[in-house]
Amino acid sequence: MGRKLDPTTYVKRGPGRKSRKQKGAETELTKFITEGDSDRFTDENSEWLKPAKRKREADHIDDDDDDDSDSQWEQEEDEEGEGQKKKGKRQLIENDDDDDDDDDDLVDDYGASEDSGEGEKEGESDEEVRQKKLQEVMDQETDDDDEEEEEEEDKDGEKSGDEDMDEEDTVQVNIDEMDTFKLPKAEDIAKEGVMLVDLQTIHQRIKDNVDVLSHFSTKREGGKDRAEYLSLLKKDLSTYYSYNNFLIDKLLEIFPVSELIDFLEANEIQRPVTIRTNTLKTRRRDLAQALINRGVNLDPLGKWSKVGLVIFDSSVPIGATPEYLAGHYMLQGASSFLPVMALSPQEGETILDMSSAPGGKATYIAQLMRNTGVVVANDASADRLKSVVGNIHRLGVTNSVVCNYDGRQFPKVMGGFDRVLLDAPCSGTGVISKDPAVKTSKDESDIQRSAHLQKELILAAIDSVNAESPSGGYLVYCTCSIMVEENEWVVDYALKKRNVKLVPTGLDFGKEGFTRFKERRFHPSLKLSRRFYPHSHNMDGFFVAKLKKFSNTVPTTTVDNGIVTTILVEETEPSGDVKVQSDSFDEEKPFKAGSKNKSKKQKPDGKPVVSQATANGKSAKSIAKKTQKNENPTVPKKAKMDNETEKVDKEINKSNIVKTDKETSKEGSRFQKKGDKQRKSHIQSKKRIGKNKFNKLKKLLKNEFGNEHL
Amino acid sequence: MLVDARLYLTSYVLDIVCLQMARDLQCSEYLQGLKKSLFSVHSIGENIKLLVDRPDGTYCFRLHNDRVYYISERILKLATNISRDKLVSVGTCFGKFTKTLKFRLHITALDFLAPYAKFKVWVKPGQEQSFLYGNHVLKSGLGRITENTNQYQGVVVYSMSDVPLGFGVAAKSTQECRRVDPMSIVVFHQADIGEFIRSEDTLT
Repeated sequence: MGRKLDPTTYVKRGPGRKSRKQKGAETELTKFITEGDSDRFTDENSEWLKPAKRKREADHIDDDDDDDSDSQWEQEEDEEGEGQKKKGKRQLIENDDDDDDDDDDLVDDYGASEDSGEGEKEGESDEEVRQKKLQEVMDQETDDDDEEEEEEEDKDGEKSGDEDMDEEDTVQVNIDEMDTFKLPKAEDIAKEGVMLVDLQTIHQRIKDNVDVLSHFSTKREGGKDRAEYLSLLKKDLSTYYSYNNFLIDKLLEIFPVSELIDFLEANEIQRPVTIRTNTLKTRRRDLAQALINRGVNLDPLGKWSKVGLVIFDSSVPIGATPEYLAGHYMLQGASSFLPVMALSPQEGETILDMSSAPGGKATYIAQLMRNTGVVVANDASADRLKSVVGNIHRLGVTNSVVCNYDGRQFPKVMGGFDRVLLDAPCSGTGVISKDPAVKTSKDESDIQRSAHLQKELILAAIDSVNAESPSGGYLVYCTCSIMVEENEWVVDYALKKRNVKLVPTGLDFGKEGFTRFKERRFHPSLKLSRRFYPHSHNMDGFFVAKLKKFSNTVPTTTVDNGIVTTILVEETEPSGDVKVQSDSFDEEKPFKAGSKNKSKKQKPDGKPVVSQATANGKSAKSIAKKTQKNENPTVPKKAKMDNETEKVDKEINKSNIVKTDKETSKEGSRFQKKGDKQRKSHIQSKKRIGKNKFNKLKKLLKNEFGNEHL
Repeated sequence: MLVDARLYLTSYVLDIVCLQMARDLQCSEYLQGLKKSLFSVHSIGENIKLLVDRPDGTYCFRLHNDRVYYISERILKLATNISRDKLVSVGTCFGKFTKTLKFRLHITALDFLAPYAKFKVWVKPGQEQSFLYGNHVLKSGLGRITENTNQYQGVVVYSMSDVPLGFGVAAKSTQECRRVDPMSIVVFHQADIGEFIRSEDTLT
């Protein structure tokens, strides 16, 4: 209830009026104050003292501060002439957070998007501004901040032409008219580097920059090209979101600018916690009920999953409820459901999970198979295997074998799996929200190293799949990274090196993989792979590709002075025997030395090689393999070792070495390669062969070599 | 390679056939430990047969790195491909032999022991958490207990919603439990599912 302001007015009271509420002070005030006076005070200071305006909506406050103040000022300046303007401008410039500046509802300025290009501390002049105002101010004021002057100088050229237009523009509210977001000059940038920068202004600047870049032809500042805006944007993004330059460059290559901002923003916040019901022990409905009884707020994950639940909040720790301990569910990111769904293991199959720690996917596979068949859960790190074992036991998985091999050794240890899942170790650029250290710690060599390892692993995984399996023959390759080098490039590499093809993943959502990227062109079927992003799917960045192996033979290629030939080597054994595919020298990517999977190559360059391979011949004897002696002195690597380190299959006999002439072999080689592959030195890892065989080979070579010498 | 220890059961008489591979320990020592822990204390002796001959195949126990694993023969065959030092776990680990060849049952065997348990103890909801932290069960937390439980009998501990929580050994027979004061221990804790978090490292 407000106190009556004017005691002379007498409101009659009485029964019936008692219930009437007394009106508040505003109503009283209206009797005193008329509308017309609201713009100015009535005392002698009215010329320079303006009443505070109503605040605009909160979310525009910060951004629009200056704009508002500017426009307000300008309006008044317009009304009141030069003198006012000057004062107004000075005031604007000097008072960062003047209250007066905050309120402006006269010009509803969405042009907050345009802010000053530089202004670290200052930053408040309205960019797009009434350029003419600034120019006038520039004329009038001489001791503004440096930025001010520079900015004005910057704008000088542009402004003059636009002056007239701007005057009219001042009262308009469209964003369109706001154009130039001014790039700061080099000195500004240097200055920024030294001084502490205001994140708020950088953020604003980013937004403006993105806006300009999206409508470049209309909003660009004359004379400045796109690269300058981009470089400023990169710098700002690195500062604002704390990324290193390398990563920002990479991300800019992948995403368009506006999406990039979404991506970066999404990386700042955590993805929601999700759990997967263990259908071996319970049902999703019962589990949800039990958790709700404990005080957990949850929801089903989505239409695409029948076992997922997303946790909004919880009064008990989700990782320690009795249901968790009893193995009724597992904490798992939503993106990790996808590769297993794509793999779709069937009951009774033999599955390999090459990189299984901490065991979420392996246990999901086992659960889908209802504890039939076998799941081999492998991981290269013994420490992390503890968690795999723990999860396996907790969730009640009984059909598992856990081992500690380097994934690249796998075909040698055991092969002939029906399906293989490879969740390759990667740079982790898709899970930045979980591990912010990735923002600054990754650089070119990390990515290359990861890509190299992934290529080896994917070939090993392919070699471990049995193409003739009645129900399978599939490999799912996935990473939690969004880099093209680690995703599409690796899959494309596998397509070239092995008899595999891409098939639809079965996931109907997600972005398609790239079929081309910068200067690279991938196989068109790459669009069957799927990419997931934090900002568009609200799960960790992920890439999933499903490959089908259609033949157990391993294509090998050799290069011979520009002629490429293909050799078909004997195929892999589908059962559990050791199988290694012999692989020829790969000019494109030298496989890393010591890769045990690959049987070593045979010769490379020098002489062309012709070989015939029988379709399903298990016995190598039927395969005539021509290997070439390394006679070419120019090629350093061909060590005899190459020839000696033959494939694992003992049946292959070096005695089949035959020299061939320089003709290309034609057999439907689908892997024609360019002749000028770079010859990288290739250290072949020695395959283990028996002592006697080894001696035999040695002798054989010596003989031949001896002959050649002659 | 795994040591092959096949267990047959004939009414409380165990017959183990060991095929030793480069180990010079006596089978019988293992047998003693297993006998005591698995078969007398927890009295699932008769039901071992059910564990071995299952409808979906023959299962067996194998010893590897001092731990006893329970696996189906099919998996066993595949697991032989993997070299001994690289094999971390097969199937389900039931427990391990200590240095003095005592056999310790692990919580990981719970899924298999629980259905065959003859003597069960139900714990009240308030005491559930305490048991999951490794404490013994007190009379105040005792909800139900099967009749005719002898003292020092192996029991399986359940929550009131019939979720198995672990094993233990009855400290008192059922009769005594009725009479004793609320603060005394009625079930000694042996293993509980909280160990999946507390001692994840020792599971393997």
